[in-house]
Amino acid sequence: MSAAQSTRHAVSATRVDAPDKVTGRARYAFEQPVNGAAYVWPVQSTIAKGTIRNVDAGAALALPGVLTALTPDNAPRLSADDPELALFQSRAVAYRGQLVAAVVATSLETARAAADLVRIDYTESGHDVTLTSGHPGLYKPDHVNPNFATDTVLGDLDAAFAAAAVRIDQTYRTPGEHNNPMEPHATIASWDGDRLTLFDSNQGPSMAATVIAGVFGLHPDQVRVITEYVGGGFGAKGTPRPNAVLAAMAARAVGQPVKCALTRQHMFAVVGHRAPSIQRVRLGAEADGRLTAIAHDVIGQTSTLKEFAEQTAVATRHMYAAPNRQTTHRIARLDVPTPAWMRAPGECPGMFALESAMDELAVACGIDPVDLRIRNEPAADPETGAPFSSRNLVACLREGAAWFGWAGRDPPSAARRDGPWLIGTGVAASTYPARARASQAEASVGADGRYRVSIAAVDIGTGARTALLAVAADTLGVPPAKVTLRIGDSALPRAMIAGGSMGNASWSWAVIDACQDLREQIRARDGAIPADGLSALSATGDAVEALPDHARYSFGAQFAEVRVDADTGEVRVPRLLGVFAAGRIVVPAMARSQFIGGMTMGLSMALHEESMIDPQFGDYPNHDLASYHIAANADVGDIDARWIDEDERELGPAGAKGIGEVGIVGTAAAIANAVYHATGIRVRDLPIRLDKLLR
Amino acid sequence: MQPFRYQQPADAAGAVATVAATDGAVFLGGGTNLVDLMKLGVEAPGLLVDVTRLPMDRIEQADGGGLRIGAGVRNSDLAADSRVLAEYPVLSQALLAGASGQLRNMATVGGNLLQRTRCLYFQDITKPCNKRRPGTGCPARSGDHRNLAILGASEHCIATHTSDMAVALTALGAVVHVHGAEGARSTSLDELYRLPGDEPNRDTTLARGDLITAVEVAPLGVARYSAYRKVRDRASYAFAVASVAAALDVADGTVRDVRLALGAVAPVPWRARRAEQALVGQPATEESFRSAIDAELTGAAPLRDNAFKVPLVSNVVTAVLSQLAGRAR
Repeated sequence: MSAAQSTRHAVSATRVDAPDKVTGRARYAFEQPVNGAAYVWPVQSTIAKGTIRNVDAGAALALPGVLTALTPDNAPRLSADDPELALFQSRAVAYRGQLVAAVVATSLETARAAADLVRIDYTESGHDVTLTSGHPGLYKPDHVNPNFATDTVLGDLDAAFAAAAVRIDQTYRTPGEHNNPMEPHATIASWDGDRLTLFDSNQGPSMAATVIAGVFGLHPDQVRVITEYVGGGFGAKGTPRPNAVLAAMAARAVGQPVKCALTRQHMFAVVGHRAPSIQRVRLGAEADGRLTAIAHDVIGQTSTLKEFAEQTAVATRHMYAAPNRQTTHRIARLDVPTPAWMRAPGECPGMFALESAMDELAVACGIDPVDLRIRNEPAADPETGAPFSSRNLVACLREGAAWFGWAGRDPPSAARRDGPWLIGTGVAASTYPARARASQAEASVGADGRYRVSIAAVDIGTGARTALLAVAADTLGVPPAKVTLRIGDSALPRAMIAGGSMGNASWSWAVIDACQDLREQIRARDGAIPADGLSALSATGDAVEALPDHARYSFGAQFAEVRVDADTGEVRVPRLLGVFAAGRIVVPAMARSQFIGGMTMGLSMALHEESMIDPQFGDYPNHDLASYHIAANADVGDIDARWIDEDERELGPAGAKGIGEVGIVGTAAAIANAVYHATGIRVRDLPIRLDKLLR
Repeated sequence: MQPFRYQQPADAAGAVATVAATDGAVFLGGGTNLVDLMKLGVEAPGLLVDVTRLPMDRIEQADGGGLRIGAGVRNSDLAADSRVLAEYPVLSQALLAGASGQLRNMATVGGNLLQRTRCLYFQDITKPCNKRRPGTGCPARSGDHRNLAILGASEHCIATHTSDMAVALTALGAVVHVHGAEGARSTSLDELYRLPGDEPNRDTTLARGDLITAVEVAPLGVARYSAYRKVRDRASYAFAVASVAAALDVADGTVRDVRLALGAVAPVPWRARRAEQALVGQPATEESFRSAIDAELTGAAPLRDNAFKVPLVSNVVTAVLSQLAGRAR
């Protein structure tokens, strides 16, 4: 074992910030010490569509301790590109729960009580919040998130499908879902003249500073965003949310720092959601299971404020070989909050449909579902023809099958029973794009021999701090204890957000470049460090731009065992195994946590999560953790993640493909397929709740 | 949340007198439901009278045998009590099926009995609700009611009672000791709860200021052979979709005694007397159990999204009674 490897392993044993987190020393946004802070509490609309006729904040302002109220009548003008951030700029109400006013007070309790006293008169119009397959408002967006083609067509789908020996034509549905990171969104804002400092819970302080600067008409250098610790994001904190704007607006209005913490209930209205989907999948195949036609047609939704078109069918474009193919996306503008990123937007709901349909095809052909997928493995990207930078789906399926004990699996029709429990197993594939974005980093060393590495990266609970420290120490060839890593501050070298599974690949690239440069400088001086130290600044923008036009994806295979109570329909998942091929795994302990975290969230999607929309009021009535179910500890049985070593040298020197999202992709299908194997019941609309399995 | 005052009374009589005489005064037990409702604005009491320091935290042998359980006993302590585990296993199982460890450590027996429904409309003050604001209407009938009542509801309210413990106590025929303005009295749990009718805002027959001081369960041989089965959408920290508390005594293959109560299907913990009566003297077979519970469920009036509870309750009751019968053999 080389010295560098042993260094890496020494770091991997534990999270570097674990002691601070478990002892409470780690400070999250709302806990930052700020003197003389006031508190802001928002008022939410109680109608789903209409206009504000009148705002009466008189009673609120009369409450002792209230400093001011912010309303459409007095709010300063903003220049927000994102209409969800244009707080109190309009009297129009676009969805129920939209922030329409706010109260600032000397205590949190007073602000909250006063917000209840703000009286708002509305002129209500009829609202439409229900997505249907025949919705008259369905249209074709120009592109889907973030910039994929809306539709793709290859060959003659209709003819090939009509001529296919075996045909699957089914519609799958996923409900609206909400990100629920443990730490709700929170901000502390303070102004010093025209300079704004935010302590904010987000997934990227560089991006947050730029966006907030834009909203307030400032230069990005006038805004500093400090994001020391974040209790999860999953996409819900990818861009600034209204809390950051509200805190800054309130702080400017009262001339003192202002703290803003959203409640769990607020989050169901104002931080985005995974849009529901209605997905028709058609698979045409030869009798031996070889696909001749693949079509994936998706219906989704956005808000009336802003277009967010989830890229639900995009993963289908590169999964399996077939000469005739089609993917489409249509969305309707409804009177709902704007949907946004939720862990693996697109891939996660889309692969539930595709991988359920593949299981249905395996049953129809009488072929083992692992074999069916291997039989349809493409040599190159089936739509673009681009070579895969690396693709190890088949290896994941084969090794996963061996580890799981898949061989000799009964046909679905066989009864496997243990008392009241019906037992079944299922498999599904996972995939997620492997990408990197431009980032900068600085590495320096002082005459005392201490190293400092700085980058405006952020650790949202992924282990980024641990991974970047490992990468930096590894590159510098010094023990991690000699390196101070600074992240979580927009004043540091500009970096990509923690999103799209791109954080580690993007940041590691910049950190390694800077550390290599510094190491060269030290070597050139034969190790003699000058009194004022040495430093190196890296920028990966050009190298990222120059990446060859290859198809770069992570892949995986997930295997599930389920037990279904024949009397009650209750589903248990005693076993879940994921095998992933995701480039080089930088810190195994953190990677395992990311994979099984994703799989747990996938299990939660399969069995529990549903943001119910109430057509009467136009909101999500199950807006707390008692009524919006997320998998509890007792729902998760023996869960394991393994990986196949890959060296993805193309995506920067770290060789990492990104692991934050691939783990949630395919889990729901693996579980649904296992439920079918156990019960003979095919559930095509998530979540798989017990009433769908009662017979 | 509105500002409120807080008091610790010296004794039960003082607590009762204060609440009876003070507008907007309520008793505070573990606070696991009341404080949530205050944060939501559903409850806005002006005075909290904390009864957790009163001497109501003992589990004692009752005069006629059985157990007298103080209203201030924490749910965790009651679940772990050796007499409960031996004599009334259904009660311990029901308690442990409820909430989470942290909540059970806080929640009291009296508070558990008096918890309010978790109907989503009741908990959202921006929406109508006949239970919260009489006469405003019930959006649940056409809205979200997947987990609401199929038995005992009225056109005004279809909310369910969500306690697990109360279902077990109902099966056991528990008696509630109440200290009221006119002194102490006792009432059966059946009589404590009331169906919504046209007054869904009244969950119980308690008068203003009435304080539950204890719950008593009689000595009951059949209770040794008892079980609680909770069906829920996730494996822990979820209210029941349906639950059953059952006790069964079988001799020579014949049902000698049976107690049966259902949870999460009605505005009250639902004693299935019709099923009980149908079973006594019948062969202890799956067919008898199925037929008895189906007789009980002929009174069910399900709505669009909760009709599945009818076969679910039929299945789970049949399964639980079959298991108890198997154990008795």
